[in-house]
Amino acid sequence: MRGATHAKWTACAVAVALAATACGGGDDDGGSGGDTSAVLSASWGDPQNPLEPANTNEVQGGKVLDMVFRGLKRYNPETGAAEDMLAESIETSDSQNFTIKIKDWTFSNGEKVTADSFVNAWNYGASLKNNQKNAYFFSYIEGYDQVHPEDGSKQTADTLSGLKVVDEKTFTVKLNQKFSTFPETLGYSAYAPLPQEFFDDHSAWLSKPVGNGPYTIQSYAKGSQMSLRAWEDYPGEDKAQNGGVDLKVYTDNNTAYTDLLAGNLDLVDDVPASQLANVQADLGDRYLNTPAGIIQTLAFPYYDEKWDQPDSDKVRTGLSRAIDRKQITETIFQKTRTPATDWTSPVLGEEGGFEEGFCGDACEYDPDEAKKLIEEGGGLPGGQVKITYNADTGSHKDWVDAVCNSINNALDNEKACVGNPVGTFADFRNQITDLKMSGPFRAGWQMDYPLIQNFLQPLYYTNASSNDGKWSNKEFDDLVDQANAEADTAKAVDLFKQAEAVVRDNMAAIPLWYQNGSAGYSERLSNVKLNPFSVPVYNEIKVG
Amino acid sequence: MGRYVVRRLLQMIPVFIGATLLIFLMVNVMGDPIAGLCGDRQCDPATAAQLEKEFGLDKPVWQQYLTYMGNVFTGDFGTAFNGQEVTELMASAFPVTIRLTIVAILFEIVIGITLGVITGLRRGRPVDTGVLLITLVVISVPTFVTGLLLQLLLGVEWGWIKPSVSTDATFGELIVPGLVLASVSLAYVTRLTRTSIAENRRSDYVRTAVAKGLPRRRVITKHLLRNSLIPVVTFIGTDIGALMGGAIVTERIFNIHGVGYQLYQGILRQNTQTVVGFVTVLVLVFLVANLLVDLLYAVLDPRIRYA
Repeated sequence: MRGATHAKWTACAVAVALAATACGGGDDDGGSGGDTSAVLSASWGDPQNPLEPANTNEVQGGKVLDMVFRGLKRYNPETGAAEDMLAESIETSDSQNFTIKIKDWTFSNGEKVTADSFVNAWNYGASLKNNQKNAYFFSYIEGYDQVHPEDGSKQTADTLSGLKVVDEKTFTVKLNQKFSTFPETLGYSAYAPLPQEFFDDHSAWLSKPVGNGPYTIQSYAKGSQMSLRAWEDYPGEDKAQNGGVDLKVYTDNNTAYTDLLAGNLDLVDDVPASQLANVQADLGDRYLNTPAGIIQTLAFPYYDEKWDQPDSDKVRTGLSRAIDRKQITETIFQKTRTPATDWTSPVLGEEGGFEEGFCGDACEYDPDEAKKLIEEGGGLPGGQVKITYNADTGSHKDWVDAVCNSINNALDNEKACVGNPVGTFADFRNQITDLKMSGPFRAGWQMDYPLIQNFLQPLYYTNASSNDGKWSNKEFDDLVDQANAEADTAKAVDLFKQAEAVVRDNMAAIPLWYQNGSAGYSERLSNVKLNPFSVPVYNEIKVG
Repeated sequence: MGRYVVRRLLQMIPVFIGATLLIFLMVNVMGDPIAGLCGDRQCDPATAAQLEKEFGLDKPVWQQYLTYMGNVFTGDFGTAFNGQEVTELMASAFPVTIRLTIVAILFEIVIGITLGVITGLRRGRPVDTGVLLITLVVISVPTFVTGLLLQLLLGVEWGWIKPSVSTDATFGELIVPGLVLASVSLAYVTRLTRTSIAENRRSDYVRTAVAKGLPRRRVITKHLLRNSLIPVVTFIGTDIGALMGGAIVTERIFNIHGVGYQLYQGILRQNTQTVVGFVTVLVLVFLVANLLVDLLYAVLDPRIRYA
C-alpha cells in the first residue's frame, strides 16, 4: 500500500497547484460603477487594433473614438454634412494651403486643446515608426514622403514639413497637391487631437484613453467591457443626453440579441442576419434600418488577361444584368440592403453626388439581354466564373450563392457561376494582395467620410490603396485630378460624376447593393439613431 | 514512484515540442496575417513591412519558432495584434474556462457516476432503460441545439437565468453553461460506469464481500465502485483537456470570454501569438491531466504499482 498512499499525495499536490494558479488573478474587475439610473448598455466587439485614432480602421474601435474624441469637423449624424466642431475657421485661397483656427476647448483631463495638440497628433499618425494603419490619410500633406517613405527605407524626418504652428490657436497645412475637399475629410477620427499624456505615458494612455469628446472612459477591461460616462464639463454643444454607456463585448451577435430580448441589454447595433425575419415581431418600432455609407460590389482581376480583353466590359455588363438584385435583397437580406444603381451611396444625397439610376440599364435584371451581352463579349472566360469571398464573417456565402443561382438561371447553364469560399478574412485579403484572384471577388466599401471622392478615388484610381482589381483608366484618373483641384464644391462633384460615368461605361466593378445599418433597442431608450457610418449616435440617446 | 513521475515528466518534453511546432507551422501556413489588419484595403507597403519586422514575421519560420520558444521559457508569450500581451489574455481567459470546466466535471462526476451506478445495479429494469434512452437522446443532439434551447427557455421565456454570462463569470452563472458543456460527456460517463459496474458485479471479490456479510453500501462503494472507476477516470481525465479547449460553441452561445473564444478570435484574425500560446498551455494541461489519471489508477487499484 505504500505506493498507493504516495500516489494519492502526488496527485493531490498537483491538483492543488493547478487549482491555485487557476483561481488566482480571476477577479480583477468587479462590476461597473453604481450610477445605473441613466446609464445604458450596448453591444460591442473587441477592437482589432490599439485604440489610437490613427490606428483604428474598423467600426468597433471607431465607436469609442466617436464618443471620446471630437475633431475639427464632425459629420452631421443625420445629413452626413461636415460641420465645424473644434474648427473656428478653415481658410484657403488656392485649395492647397489651409489656415486652421481652433476654438477654446479642453481635454477631459483639463489640458487645453491647442494647435500643438493637432500637429503633434498628425505627425505621430503619419510617422512610419509608429505603425499607424491610417497613416495614408496624411499622405496629402507635404513632407509625407520623408516621414513615411513608400519603399520602406529609413524615414528622413519625424515631422511633416507641411504642418506649421502659427500661434496657440492657429496652424497651417500645406498639401502636396490641390485638394479642394480636404477640409471635409477632417471629420475622420484619424485627424483627432491628442493630449500630451498620449506622448508622455503611452501605455497608460492606451489602457485608459483620454480625449476631448462628450464621454470619458471610466474603466476599460480589454476584451470584455468599457464603461464610458458623460463628461460634466464638456465644452461642446452636443453634450451627452444620458449618464453614460457601458459597452459590452459579445462573443456572438446572436447572444447580444437574445440578451436584448431578455432585457439585459439596451442596444444592439448589429442585428444578426438569422434574426432579421423575426425582428419586426420581436421589437416592433424599436428596430432601426437606415441607409449607411456602405456599398457592396463585385470587383474583377484586371491583372488577369482573361478579364482584360477589349470586349470584357460586355461580359461584365452581362453578368451585372444577370443578377436579380431586388429578389436577393428582399429574400436574403430582408430589405436591410437596397439594390445599387450607382457606385456611391444614398447617404451622400443628390448634392453630394449620389444619383439614383445612374447605372441605367446595366444594373437592370434582364436575362435575355445578359445572355446576348456575354455572347457578344466572347463568353465567360474559361466557361465559368468563380466568385471569391471570405466565409468567416457576414452572410457572404448566402448572397454569393444567390448571385450565382441568378446568373446560372439567366444563362441557362448550371455551371456558369460557382462560389469560391476562402476560410478567413486575412487569407482572403492575402490572396487579393498577392494578385491571385482568377475571377470576380467580393469587394465591400465602407466610406471614411461622406464625400463622392471617397467612393471613387481609393477604389478605381490607378494603384490606389483599395483598387484591388488593379483597374486603370487614364480618363478616370484625369477627371479625378481635375475634380480634386476644383475649388467650387458643386463643380468638383460634377467632375467626380463624370469620372463615375467612366467607371459605369467600362463596368469596372459590378455594383450590387447599398447596405443599411441596423439596430434594435430596449423600451428604456428613446431618440436612438444611426449615423451614416452605421454607428449609433450615443450622445443623443435618452434613457428612461 | 518518484522515478516514475520524473520519467513521465521527461517524456512530456518531446511531446510538448512536437505539438507546439505542429501548431506553429499550421498557423504559419495560413499565410501573412498582416493583410487582414487593414480592413477591405491594402495595407500601405511601408507600414506592412514595419509591422512584419516588429512581429518577427520577416524571418524564416524555423527562426521564428526558435525565438518564440526561447521567449516562452522566459514567460513571454508575445503580443496580440490589439497590443495586449498574450499572458494578459490568458490571465483573463483561463480562470473563466477553468471555472466552467470545474462545473462541467462536477456534473459529470456527480450525476454521471450516480446514474451509472443506479442503472448498473438495476440492469434491464425500467430505470435502466429510461436512463439509457435519455443518454442516447443527449448524445445525439448537438451541443449548440441544447445550448440555444436552454438559453431561450430559461433565459428569455421563463426568465430564470440571464441568457449571457457577465465578465465576472461566477460559478452561479456558469451552472447552465456547465451543464450544457457536460451533457454529452455526462451521458458517456453514465454508460461507461453502468457497463463497468454491471460487469464487476458478477466478479469473485464482490461475491466474497457479499458472502462475508458486509453491508450493501460498503460492498458497492468500497469494492464494486472503486474497481469499476478506472475506465471512467481515464475518460474524465482526457475530457478535462477537451472541455477546456473545445468549449468554443458553448462559450460563444453564452458569451463566456474564455479560452475557446480567444482561440476562435485568434484564428479568425490569424494571430499566431495568441493561437500558439493558448494551444501550448492546453497541451500542457492535457499532459498533466494524463499523468494525474495514471497516478490515480494506483489509488483506485492497489494492484497497479509504479516502480
